[in-house]
Amino acid sequence: MTSKQIDRIATAVLWLAGILIIALLGWFLIRILGDGLPQLSWKFITSKPQEISAGGGVGPQLFNSFYILFLSLLLSLPIGMGAGIYLAVYAKKNGFTDLIRISVEALSSVPSIVFGLFGYLLFANLFGWKFSILGGACTLALLNLPVLVRVTEEGIRAVPASYWEASLALGSTKWQAIRKVLVPAALPTIITGITLTSGRALGESAILIYTAGLSVSRMFPDFNPMKIGETLSVHLWYVQSEALVPDAKQIAQGSAALLLIVVLVFNLLIGIPSRILQKRLTGGK
Amino acid sequence: MTERHKINVSKLNLFYGDNHALHDIEMTIESNTIAALIGPSGCGKSTFLRTLNRMNDLIDGVRITGSVAVDGQNVYGPETDIVSLRKRVGMVFQRPNPFPMSIYDNIAYGPRIHGTKKKAVLDEIVERSLRQAALWDEVKDRLNKSALGLSGGQQQRLCIARLLAVEPDVLLMDEPTSALDPISTLKVEELTQTLKERYTIIIVTHNMQQAARISDVTSFFLNGYLVETDKTDKIFTNPNDQRTEDYITGRFG
Ligand SMILES: Nc1ncnc2c1ncn2[C@@H]1O[C@H](COP(=O)(O)OP(=O)(O)OP(=O)(O)O)[C@@H](O)[C@H]1O
Ligand SMILES: [Mg+2]
Repeated sequence: MTSKQIDRIATAVLWLAGILIIALLGWFLIRILGDGLPQLSWKFITSKPQEISAGGGVGPQLFNSFYILFLSLLLSLPIGMGAGIYLAVYAKKNGFTDLIRISVEALSSVPSIVFGLFGYLLFANLFGWKFSILGGACTLALLNLPVLVRVTEEGIRAVPASYWEASLALGSTKWQAIRKVLVPAALPTIITGITLTSGRALGESAILIYTAGLSVSRMFPDFNPMKIGETLSVHLWYVQSEALVPDAKQIAQGSAALLLIVVLVFNLLIGIPSRILQKRLTGGK
Repeated sequence: MTERHKINVSKLNLFYGDNHALHDIEMTIESNTIAALIGPSGCGKSTFLRTLNRMNDLIDGVRITGSVAVDGQNVYGPETDIVSLRKRVGMVFQRPNPFPMSIYDNIAYGPRIHGTKKKAVLDEIVERSLRQAALWDEVKDRLNKSALGLSGGQQQRLCIARLLAVEPDVLLMDEPTSALDPISTLKVEELTQTLKERYTIIIVTHNMQQAARISDVTSFFLNGYLVETDKTDKIFTNPNDQRTEDYITGRFG
């Protein structure tokens, strides 16, 4: 075979791979949305679930998904960004830095179900929180921590060293340089990282089954973080496998479509300010 | 030491790990002069410049002995506050490095970190600094646009203005025009002449004509040693050391 023929074959294979991915995604979207969209209604999105009879909604689950996401970010952002900044700016090569790096690596390779079990043992049992929104949020924060550390570190490392030098040469402290120059310049990268972790958090189920529980508070909305708080994706698993309601299948389909839409919209929305910011930073041309 | 020099360097040695980059440097620089540092690549000009505002502190494994005094005050003394030192001894880098912010915020950056909050005061500082750097007329209508949208030459003058805004009295310039076109270079050179009235300027350059055009005194570095310092006219017409003569006549380096 001539190299020209090989080139043609390779091109065809790559092209096919691309088509395959698009086709898979299309089919997936059509199935999920096709089945799920007809189930969606304002009532479904806002009302409480039913235990035995048909017609239950997923309002509390939707609320819990965002509430847990919010609380977990509240916990993981300061710690994750702090560690990321430390590694990018202060960390010299020594035992302590290596230990942080190894820990981050190790954390990020732990399967989420193991995190779930850990969260269950620590928060639900040892702390005696039982199944709670807070326990779920804390465990989720642990899961997301390594990613946040890494995107912050990478984002800040990608900022030209000349900004750092310029700031210090003007007599700024390191902290001023970090806060006013490095972090703003790294923000688009960091926001992208937050978006990715958030999307993952909204879809996470394994760890929340163990920590946030499989049912919801009787009140809605219930801001008490110590209450049990099933999320949308956990609910999806639950109705498919355990629920007694006759319309479990419809609820599952509706929940799947809703979850998909929520994650997509969330990603798009959070992408907008980041893009505006990027424009402002680089000259708005 | 009876007379008081603006900058007084004595027995200065610097090591990057095992690499002995500066050997027993002795130098004095007077107020309101422009001192040029010349020498072949890797001879230690930037390293020397960065000892004056302690930018070398940022590099791991640097060891420094000897003394550097600005206004009679030891820069490496235990009681020296690096922040206020760097405020007094400012630096312009080889590549223009404006922050990714508006022109206004770039200039206001220094005053803000040093505690100036009032908008009216900042407005005034921004205008004064930009005028001093001969940039005001070109950017006055676009102060809120990003500084990254300026040309390279404008960016370098912006960096100079940003520095002037913190009112230093010594300006360190490390090849400030090497990334600029001839016209921008000329503008920066003219600028140094007006700035000289109020500041002491130390400038590293690879451009012999530039050193000859703008500086009052010139120091020639070679392999980490300071070969000689003299009036610029003298260095370029009749240097004391053969090695200096060889360098400026282009016989090596
Ligand atoms: N961060 C560093 N770590 C280790 N060695 C360094 C570092 N910076 C410079 N050096 C070494 O110190 C010596 C002097 O370098 P320096 O940058 O001061 O030279 P220079 O005269 O400014 O050269 P150029 O004209 O190319 O800018 C060189 O041998 C260089 O390799
Ligand atoms: Mg240099």
